[in-house]
Amino acid sequence: MIPVDVNLAIGAYPFRHVPHPDPDVLARVLAREGIARGWVAYLPAAFWRDPSPEREILYAAVGEYPTLDPVPTIRCDWPGWERRVAEAVDHGAPAVRAYPQLWGLGAGDASLARLAAGCAEAGLALVLPVRFEDLRQRSALDVAGDLSPAHVRALARLRGGPPLVVLGAGREFIEETAWALTEPERDGVFFDFSSVWGPPEDHLATLLRTLGGERFVFGSGWPLRLTQAPAANLALLPRALRDVALTGGDAIVARARNAARR
Amino acid sequence: MTTADVPEATAVAAQQAFLAVREEEALDARPLLGGGGPLIDVHAHFYHPASPRAEWAAVNAARLRAGERIGITWHVASVLGTWGLDSPTYFASPADVTLGNDVMLALQDALPGRVRSYVHVNPNFPDHALAEIDRGVARGAVGVKLSASRRADDALLDAIAARAADGGLPILHHVWQWRRRDWPMQEASDGVELARLAARHPRATFILAHVGGGGEYRHTYHAVADVPNVVMDLSGSGVDRGMLDAAVAAVGPRRLLWACDVTIETGLAKLRALDHLGLDAGAVADVRWRNAVRLFPAGSFPGLEADA
Repeated sequence: MIPVDVNLAIGAYPFRHVPHPDPDVLARVLAREGIARGWVAYLPAAFWRDPSPEREILYAAVGEYPTLDPVPTIRCDWPGWERRVAEAVDHGAPAVRAYPQLWGLGAGDASLARLAAGCAEAGLALVLPVRFEDLRQRSALDVAGDLSPAHVRALARLRGGPPLVVLGAGREFIEETAWALTEPERDGVFFDFSSVWGPPEDHLATLLRTLGGERFVFGSGWPLRLTQAPAANLALLPRALRDVALTGGDAIVARARNAARR
Repeated sequence: MTTADVPEATAVAAQQAFLAVREEEALDARPLLGGGGPLIDVHAHFYHPASPRAEWAAVNAARLRAGERIGITWHVASVLGTWGLDSPTYFASPADVTLGNDVMLALQDALPGRVRSYVHVNPNFPDHALAEIDRGVARGAVGVKLSASRRADDALLDAIAARAADGGLPILHHVWQWRRRDWPMQEASDGVELARLAARHPRATFILAHVGGGGEYRHTYHAVADVPNVVMDLSGSGVDRGMLDAAVAAVGPRRLLWACDVTIETGLAKLRALDHLGLDAGAVADVRWRNAVRLFPAGSFPGLEADA
């Protein structure tokens, strides 16, 4: 059983048809694939200038399913983000999402740092999706670009920041982030491996050997991507890495909440 | 090591890696990740020491390791010249094309129960291309590989397509799904361009490469839906939900081939997802292996026979 998938969403995607991006389907898929819980965002909110109306949809939709945890999108450069963080806590969210690249916020932006501090204080992890789709298939309207490693590095270097969960990064992004941080800074950064290549290139195996399993957390990218992909990647690891221990989403939650109590 | 030694060195290393992984799998006795039954990967590659990749042997070994773990019965593979060392991967010189094919044929000889060869050719050297096809087929190659050296609908490809049709050799053609511009270091083609070539050569079978390999695959599906001699391989790093469903809807399971290219984990994910598309067991077997057996020359995959 996989404890948590941290890279899930419901709702439509603006640039292509996605089949059945609904919470009931998601709950069934998680059960089918042996995934105990899921962190779930509301996909359309990523593209709204003001994502806050999602809360009426996300909390209601996810609240009906005990295996789904809401991860609201909180726009840190708009007023009122503190209220959104408080609401997230009230609704039992393990984390919040931010999309600085979609909001035109550069690495080191002060509002991102404030949101990170607010998350840390509230006991929430901060989720940072790198991309939704491969660069080569993007719509002509989809011009925002990817999150940069510099965004993550700047947040990781904040003192007392929350756990950072980076979604959809490839090997180069992960290495450009992890090896540019001190060990204490790196200790708070976790990557899903939904976009990390397996054999024959064996990028995942390389990263697990060089950085250790504790830097990695299970995430699939449903409903945009097949849930089966990260599990297939793990199943194909070389023998020496077969029993590697990853960090569970539940451990990240515990870490965030323990840090907040201190 | 001289260039002449490269094919044998590659083959020996792969053979040793294969024996090691077979031993490991026998010790573990774990069920195959790909389930039971035959499985043919129609889009694979191998590397060699005359390429820029110092870790060439490890990458080849990793392909064989993952293949045995999944249960891949046959890897149908190509080597694209020197992979950029002496000429560009997608514009390989005749000498590099020949070397790459020599490596591939040596691998096939070294692993006769697992590996089959495409002959890779560069259409910008037409005489060399035809001679390579004849040479490769004489040594047991079962298909032709065209990468991105010349646009698919260019007249230079006609002689190659005709020769392939005469020999019953499918042509695996590199495709950029919905190519909206030229990309560096390749003269890629998209589904529309390949469909034009296929229309000129109805006796030939074209395998449209890696629908998950980058670009907008739905454009491809529209482009080839009504072109019966184009089949599509499912390889590529892309694992979009809806990709497989739409492929089945566009061309049906008799025109789809399972494959991995350079990301075997996404191949395994798609293999597992096939079980949730609502296909019957026969249709899944078509995609896994039976279509390949039908498309490649008779006897390409000893021990495997597909019903008509």
